[in-house]
Amino acid sequence: MRFVDEFRDAELGRAVAAEILSLIEPGRHYKLMEVCGGHTHSIYKYGVDDLLPANVELVHGPGCPVCVIPMGRVDDGIALARTDGVIFTCFGDMMRVPGSEGSLLEAKAAGADVRMVYSPLDALRIAKQNPDREVVFFAIGFETTAPSTALTLKRARAEGVTNFSCMCNHVTIVPPVRALLESPDLRLDGFIGPGHVSTIVGGRPFEFIPADYGKPLVIAGFEPLDILQAIAMILRQLEAGRCGVENQYTRVVPYEGNLRALEVMAEVFELRPHFEWRGLGFISHSGLQLSEAYADLDAERRFQVPGVRVADPKACQCGEVLKGVIKPWECKVFGTACTPERPIGTCMVSSEGACAAYYNFGRFAREREVV
Amino acid sequence: MCLAIPGQVVELVDHGGHIAKVDVVGVRRNVNVGLLADEDGGVRLGDWVLIHVGFAISRIDEDEARATRELLEQMGQEYEQELEELKASVIE
Ligand code: SF4
Repeated sequence: MRFVDEFRDAELGRAVAAEILSLIEPGRHYKLMEVCGGHTHSIYKYGVDDLLPANVELVHGPGCPVCVIPMGRVDDGIALARTDGVIFTCFGDMMRVPGSEGSLLEAKAAGADVRMVYSPLDALRIAKQNPDREVVFFAIGFETTAPSTALTLKRARAEGVTNFSCMCNHVTIVPPVRALLESPDLRLDGFIGPGHVSTIVGGRPFEFIPADYGKPLVIAGFEPLDILQAIAMILRQLEAGRCGVENQYTRVVPYEGNLRALEVMAEVFELRPHFEWRGLGFISHSGLQLSEAYADLDAERRFQVPGVRVADPKACQCGEVLKGVIKPWECKVFGTACTPERPIGTCMVSSEGACAAYYNFGRFAREREVV
Repeated sequence: MCLAIPGQVVELVDHGGHIAKVDVVGVRRNVNVGLLADEDGGVRLGDWVLIHVGFAISRIDEDEARATRELLEQMGQEYEQELEELKASVIE
């Protein structure tokens, strides 16, 4: 247990690791999915799976906002960025996501006015400073980020900023999880629930997982000890033959979520009939668009957006990685043709992407002892 | 962009616009605290919050702030990148 010493409370770390050992049934294989890319990052960084017996397997889920943006949306964004008079703004990570003909960073190098922003409010400020230009914000992210975009749009409306619009790529966490549960490829025993998303949505939206599929979900924080404790809580439920939604991260996540955030999201956004996810295809009611009340701030209505659909590159196995079907190192191009410097797939771009996390911290936890 | 970083409220800049100045390891920037406006009268001076893309998404206590910061510091490059991006941010 070499890494436990680095934990906030090393003694507790050891105790939890020992509890996990005591909870597993010999000979049974447990497959637990961490939904959120932030957890994937911590797991590889701290070697959390090195502390687990080999029959407890962690598989990575689809909760990395940059990873799930399909090529077609990147191409649409680039087309917008190249439109005369447009200043195109997005988060730094997004700039390196490959589209079918390069990334936004490459479009910028070729002359498009693409600017990285820390916050959607920075994009709004750029709009106010450049009244003769059209400023588009390329919004990405799950429910953690969507309320920020919503409040920014409300402010643009309140201040009468007319040269600001949003190309909305926000997605919601429940539909891809449901799709995974419906997929025959994967048999999961439980879920480590996302920490930051749950700050906003709370625990309730996940209750269908135990109710309809009989699997436990435990919302977890991002420290290695948090993740270990969440795993113990899942195993405790499995051992007792129960399943429910539990919250390990009560220090940050209220079970009812953030009502104010949910309210502004409901005002500014509505569900799209379907939205394409990188590697996962179209998933119904999984993406957000601006509601009718905010239609005038919708970049997709204000400008001609080609609406391209591009198949994922042949070599790319991001879909399988996002579904937890293969591990990053099992992709044929991992670490050779696809690296963080020159990503082919999105999972190599952001540090929350399973491939980038594994590439950066690559601990080989594959030869663990089976209990 | 996925990080949420702890900061302490050092100034309430604009009540109506829900803007507060936070200190994140010495970097002082404005963020929006509107998402916490409903919780017991909104944020107060000295409160610790988790900040994500320029918005406070959750109120935390000081111990949690310290532990989260230590975790982020161990991350190295991504945290530094996030701080650089925060430094470049000018929310009004
Ligand atoms: S190695 Fe690259 S192409 Fe393969 S799954 Fe990972 S990100 Fe996708």
